[in-house]
Amino acid sequence: MAEIRLENLQKRFGDFTAVRASSFTIADGEFFVLLGPSGCGKTTTLRMIAGLELPSSGKILLDGDDVTFKRASQRDIGFVFQLFALYPHMNVRGNIGFPLKCQRVPRREIDERVEQVAKLLRIEHLIDRPVSGLSGGDSQRIALGRAIVRKAKAFMMDEPLGALDAEFRHLMCVELRALHDRIQATTVYVTHDQVEAMAMADRIAVMNHGVVDQIAGPQQIYDCPRTMHVAGFIGSPPMNFLRFNASLEPGAESVRLNGETIAVPALREGVVDGEMALGVRPEHVELVDEGGIRGEVFGTEYMGTMQIVTVQSKHGQVKARIPSSHRVRIREQVGLRFAKERLVVFDTVSGRALDSRLFGEASHG
Amino acid sequence: MAEVVIDRVTKRFGDVEAAKDVSLTVPSGELVVLLGPTGAGKTTLLRLVAGLEKADAGMITIDSRDATAEPPALRDVSFVFQQYSLYPHLTVYDNLAFPLRAPARRVDEAEIKKRVERVAQLVRIDHKLANSATRLSGGEMQRVAIGRALIRRPSIYLMDEPLSSLDAKLRAELRVELKHIQVDLGATMLYVTHVQTEAITMASRIGILDHGRLVQVGTPREIYERPINSYVAARLGSPAINLLPIEALPANGAPKEAVSVGARTEHVELIPADDGPAEVVMVEHLGSENFLHLRMNNHRLVTLTPPDGQWRPGRRARLSLHQPLYFDEVGRTLATAH
Repeated sequence: MAEIRLENLQKRFGDFTAVRASSFTIADGEFFVLLGPSGCGKTTTLRMIAGLELPSSGKILLDGDDVTFKRASQRDIGFVFQLFALYPHMNVRGNIGFPLKCQRVPRREIDERVEQVAKLLRIEHLIDRPVSGLSGGDSQRIALGRAIVRKAKAFMMDEPLGALDAEFRHLMCVELRALHDRIQATTVYVTHDQVEAMAMADRIAVMNHGVVDQIAGPQQIYDCPRTMHVAGFIGSPPMNFLRFNASLEPGAESVRLNGETIAVPALREGVVDGEMALGVRPEHVELVDEGGIRGEVFGTEYMGTMQIVTVQSKHGQVKARIPSSHRVRIREQVGLRFAKERLVVFDTVSGRALDSRLFGEASHG
Repeated sequence: MAEVVIDRVTKRFGDVEAAKDVSLTVPSGELVVLLGPTGAGKTTLLRLVAGLEKADAGMITIDSRDATAEPPALRDVSFVFQQYSLYPHLTVYDNLAFPLRAPARRVDEAEIKKRVERVAQLVRIDHKLANSATRLSGGEMQRVAIGRALIRRPSIYLMDEPLSSLDAKLRAELRVELKHIQVDLGATMLYVTHVQTEAITMASRIGILDHGRLVQVGTPREIYERPINSYVAARLGSPAINLLPIEALPANGAPKEAVSVGARTEHVELIPADDGPAEVVMVEHLGSENFLHLRMNNHRLVTLTPPDGQWRPGRRARLSLHQPLYFDEVGRTLATAH
C-alpha cells in the first residue's frame, strides 16, 4: 500500500491545458475521489498517476519513489474502468486470475488468491461460470476482482459504476466502500456524480477547468465550499445563490439584500463594489409568513417526510428543504429566512468565497 | 382538457398479460403518474390510451367519448417519448410549429407564431428558436420535444419517461418546470416513469403497477404514508423502507397477524447504547443528511440521520419503533390502533 504525492503536476494537449499545476497528497489507505464535470481534468490526472499519460511538467511520487516517467507496468497499480472488458473465452476464475498468470505466479497460489478475492466480493458461487450472461453488477464485481487480486500498491478507478442504473449504482457504492474498508488499499476514484463521491470518499478533490478547487472530507466540502463551483456541484438540490451588489468590510456580520439585513458569519476579508452572491443550502432556508426576503412559490416537491419548495425571488430561484407537514401552495407569497451561521458570501467575479468564521477560527486554504 | 377513463382494460402479448383488468381515471387538470419497475406494464397502458395498441378487453373513454376503437389520429392526444425524436432538418421554431401545420388543423401563421413563442418561453428555449434542432444539447432537445407536445391543447398529454435521457441536474430542474407548466395550463397528463422521485414530486396521483396489475392509486402522501401492501411501501422513500421479519425488531403493539414490519426513518428512533443490538457499519454522506447503515443480528437497516457526526462505524445502538407499518403473510398492510 502506498502514499501518492503529486507536485505541480501539469498536462497540456497542444494549446489546451487539461491539468494546471496540481499539488496534493493522497494518504496511504485513503479512498480519494476526483470529482468534476466532464473536461475538468479528473481523468487526465488519474491517467498520469497510473502512468497511462505523461505529465508536461511536475512530479509523481509513489511511496516516496519518483515514478513520473516510469511505465504503467512498473508502477504496480491496479485499474478498474467503466467499460469492464472481461475476456469472453475465459470463465470467472480465469478472468480474475489473469493478471497473476501474466506475472507467472504458480497455479496453486493463483487459485488460492482468486478464491480469496471471490469471497471478498461475494461471488464465490459464480467462480466457475462463463462470463457471458452475467449481470452488469456481477461483471463489474469481476472487473474489480481482477484489479484487486494483484495486491497492487494502489487502485485507480475511472467511473467504474457509470454504466449501471441509478438504484444499482447506489448499492454498488455501498459495496465498494465496504470492500475498501476490508482491504484498506489506497484508491483514487474518478466520477462526475457527486452522490457517489459523497457516499464513498474519505476526501474529495473537486476539479474545474483543470484546477483543483478544494480538497476536503465530504461533510466539510458540503458545509464550507470554497468556490461557487464547489457549492453548486455538491448537494441535491445544490446550494442556492442570491445575487446582490455590495461593498463589504472585514469584520462585517451582515449583508443587505434589497433593504433586508441578513446576518452572516463574521467576514475576514472585504470587497469594494462587488457583484456578490449569498450561498445558502436548501435545508438552511425557512419559510415565513411575514418579513424575510419576499418571493412567490413556483413549485413544491413532496419527498415523503420532507419537501422541496422552489421560491421565485428578486434574487433568483431559491429552493428550501422543509418538513412536508408545512402546507405550501403554488403562487403563494412567502418570506425566506436563513440559518445565519451556515451562510457563505461569494464574489461572483472570482467565484471565490470570502473568508469568514464559517471556515473555522484560523484562516486556511 | 378532458377526463380520461380506463375501464377494466386488459392487453395480452402472447402469454404475457401486460395489462390485467386495469381501471384508472385521469381527472381533468391532473397529472397522474404510473410508477413501476421495467415490465410492470406502464408503457403499454400509455400506448393503449394513445391508440398505438388495441385493448383485448375493456373500454377507454376520452372526454366522455368511447375512444376504444378510434385510430390514434382521432384521439386528440399528444405523446412525448423517451428519446427526443425531433426533425433534424428543421429549426427549433419549425419543430415546435410542426403539429399546428398539419393539414387537418389549418392554423394561420400569425397564430402559430404567437403560440410557438409562448411555448418556447415556457420550456425556456426562446433564445434558440432559429437554431437547427441538431445543434442543441440533450436537455434543450428534450425541452423542444416537450414544447412540441404542449403547443397543442389536446385532451390529454401522454409522457413516456420524458426525463430519463437527461443528466441528474437537468432532470431535477425540468421536473419542477414541467409540473409548473402543467399546473399553469391546467393540463391533463398521464406520465410514466420508473423513477420514484419523479412520481412523488410531480404527481397529483400515483398509480402503482405490478406485473400489469394496478395495485394502488392515491396521492403521493397516501401512497407514502398508507401503502396497501409491502410492494407499494417499497416503491417510495429514500432510503427505501426497511422490510424485516417481525421478530427482527422490537415491535411492541404489533397486530397479532403481523409477519413483517416496515420501518422508515421516521419510524425508527436510535438510542446510543454500548450493549445495543444494532451496530453502525457505514456512514454514507449526502451532505444535508447521512445514510446510516446498521447491522442487527443478520439484518441490515438503513436510516437517515443529521450530519452531526454522532454516529460512526462501530457505534452501537438500541432501536425503538414508533408506529411503523405491519404486514401479514401475503404482504398486506395491517390496520393498527393508531
